[in-house]
Amino acid sequence: MTSAPKHHLPVRGGDRKPARVRPYSLTGGRTRFGHVLLVETFVGATAGTAAIEAADERKELTSGGLARVMPEVRAIVELCRRMRTVAEIAALLQMPLGVVRVLLSDLADQGKIRVYGTGTGHGTGRPDRALLERVLSGLRRL
Amino acid sequence: MDSAVSDAAPGVTPLVQGDEPLLPWQTDPTRAPIATKIVVAGGFGVGKTTLVGSVSEITPLQTEALMTEASEETDDLTATPGKSTTTVAMDFGRITLDDDLVLYLFGTPGQQRFWFMWDDLVRGAIGAVVLADTRRLKDCWPALDYFESCGLPYIVAVNHFDGTERYEPEDVREALTIPAHVPVMIMDARRRISVIETLLSLVGHALDETPE
Repeated sequence: MTSAPKHHLPVRGGDRKPARVRPYSLTGGRTRFGHVLLVETFVGATAGTAAIEAADERKELTSGGLARVMPEVRAIVELCRRMRTVAEIAALLQMPLGVVRVLLSDLADQGKIRVYGTGTGHGTGRPDRALLERVLSGLRRL
Repeated sequence: MDSAVSDAAPGVTPLVQGDEPLLPWQTDPTRAPIATKIVVAGGFGVGKTTLVGSVSEITPLQTEALMTEASEETDDLTATPGKSTTTVAMDFGRITLDDDLVLYLFGTPGQQRFWFMWDDLVRGAIGAVVLADTRRLKDCWPALDYFESCGLPYIVAVNHFDGTERYEPEDVREALTIPAHVPVMIMDARRRISVIETLLSLVGHALDETPE
C-alpha cells in the first residue's frame, strides 16, 4: 500500500550553508611509545602488573623508590586481569575516556599493561575486505 | 536445562557491579580477539541506544568524554575564547561474532558540535548507521554531512515508530539527497532481526566500497 505521504519531508541542503568540516590533528590516541588506544582497542595485564599489586599488598609507605599508585590506576590494572577495551574500562570505572587513555598509555609505556592491535592493523585506515567478509558471515550466523 | 559454569580464574572476583559473565576470549592473555566497530549516529531520541541494546550481548555500557566545545560563532581553530567544556555520553554494546572476532557498536550523539569526538570514534570503523526519524529528519543531517565529508561508508536506517506516517525508502533518499549506491532502509530498532539486517546492509555496503 503506497499512498503518497501527506507531509513533505524537509530537504537537506535546502536552506543553509554547506557544512564546514574542521581540520583535525590526528593524535589518534597514540601514546608516546606508539600504542594506539582507540575506543575498541583491547588491553590486558602483563607480568609487570604483579609489581603494582605486590607493592600495594605490602602497603609500602616509603617515599623512596616506589611511587604511590593512584587508586584509579590500581582499578584499571584490576580490570585488566581480563581482556578489556578502552571504552569498557572508562564505562566500568565511570571515568572520562580521555582520562582513561592517559592512564592506560602511561601503564602501557611502563610495561604494566599490554595494548593489542585492532581490526585495522595499525589503527589507521579501514578494515580490509577479509575482515569485512568475516564480520558479514558472523552477523549472518546470529 | 543449562547449568551455568563459572570459568572465572581463581581469585578473580567481580570487581565492578554490572560486570558481565566471562567469555572464553576474555581470559586468554596470550592473544586478543580482533576488535572492530560500527558507529550508530543520529539525533537525540532517535533510538540509537535501543538499536545497540537490541543486538548487544552485554547490557549496553555508557562512557563519557569530556570535550571542548566551540560555540557556533567561534567556529575557528585559532579562536580559543568562547569555548566551553561539555560532557558527551556514548552508549556501546558488544557482539562476539567468532571466538576471535568481536564487534562493538557505538551509539554517538549526532549534533554538529560533537564532531571532535567523532573524528576519534570513526577511526578504523567499518562504517556508520545513520539513524533517522521521519518526524525529525533534519536531526540526521549533521551526521550525513560528516560521514560524507570524511568518506566513511554509511547507510541510512529509518527507525519507524509505531503510529507514525510510513514513508518509502525512496522518499527518504530524495529528501536526504542520498546517492543511489547508498542503502536506505526502513527498520525497527527494537527488533533484533531488523537491527541485524541493518548491520548486514552496512557491512555489505562497506565491502562494496573497499577496493579489492
